[in-house]
Amino acid sequence: MKSSIIVFPGSNCDRDVAVALEKFQISHQMVWHNETSLPKTDLVILPGGFSYGDYLRTGCIASKSPIIEDIIKHAKKGGLILGICNGFQILIEADLLPGVLLRNKKLRFLSKNVFLKVINVENHFCINFNKKNIIELPIAHNEGNYFADNKILQNLEDNNLIAFKYCDEKGNINKDSNPNGSSNNIAGILNSNKNILGMMPHPERLIDPLLSGEDGSMMFESLLKSQ
Amino acid sequence: MKKEVLDPQGKVVSQTLKNMGYKNIINVRQGKYFQIELNETNKEKAKKIVEEISKKLLTNIVIEDYTINLE
Repeated sequence: MKSSIIVFPGSNCDRDVAVALEKFQISHQMVWHNETSLPKTDLVILPGGFSYGDYLRTGCIASKSPIIEDIIKHAKKGGLILGICNGFQILIEADLLPGVLLRNKKLRFLSKNVFLKVINVENHFCINFNKKNIIELPIAHNEGNYFADNKILQNLEDNNLIAFKYCDEKGNINKDSNPNGSSNNIAGILNSNKNILGMMPHPERLIDPLLSGEDGSMMFESLLKSQ
Repeated sequence: MKKEVLDPQGKVVSQTLKNMGYKNIINVRQGKYFQIELNETNKEKAKKIVEEISKKLLTNIVIEDYTINLE
């Protein structure tokens, strides 16, 4: 599997993603946002960070970068795209995923581990989570409060396009287990073809027992399995 | 933002618009917009109150300007 990590001014999780991909022997190339075409690639990763200092709206300026046009072409051909944190915000601003990410309900930057229930295990990113569907991953964001109108939410629920929901240790999905006020406790969603995943938690940060866990590894193993 | 104060966000927005093909963009400055509902029927009094809160809370008059539109 070949992958491309897109680097924007202000990206800061690009190298963490590269370390994770290396660990699972997924070859990768760093691609600067000013490039106009992607190298030959199966998977595009938009990493976390603060692209363009979050000017105007989070992910907004990055979504107008020259490379985005080719990423949209890649998406239309069914190529895989994973957007993590700021990457998720960019995918939304680029109209590749529906809804919007608002400021956290309590107006605070959140940096902590949360529990997630893997709702859809039948996609390229999550196949391996069928062994364990309540996982723990870190979040680190100020704008992660997923919001969409009822029609969009209904479509996501009805078509099984929600990949992850915030929950507690036992898997209960409720207000108390919702860290940022997201509609329906949504932490990650898929597009209708399930080749694009946007998520606020950081799988690349939990790939080593020495770094407190391996729940993120399952996503990279899933990607390897899916090719 | 006052004209003489650098507005980096506005500059980035301006550059992005140019990159998107809007070649006639000269400059963009970004600001804030507040909608204030007042329980006051006298226009003069209302304007005075809004001016006061603009100075006291909503703007930093060292770097920012404000304009008021009454409806």
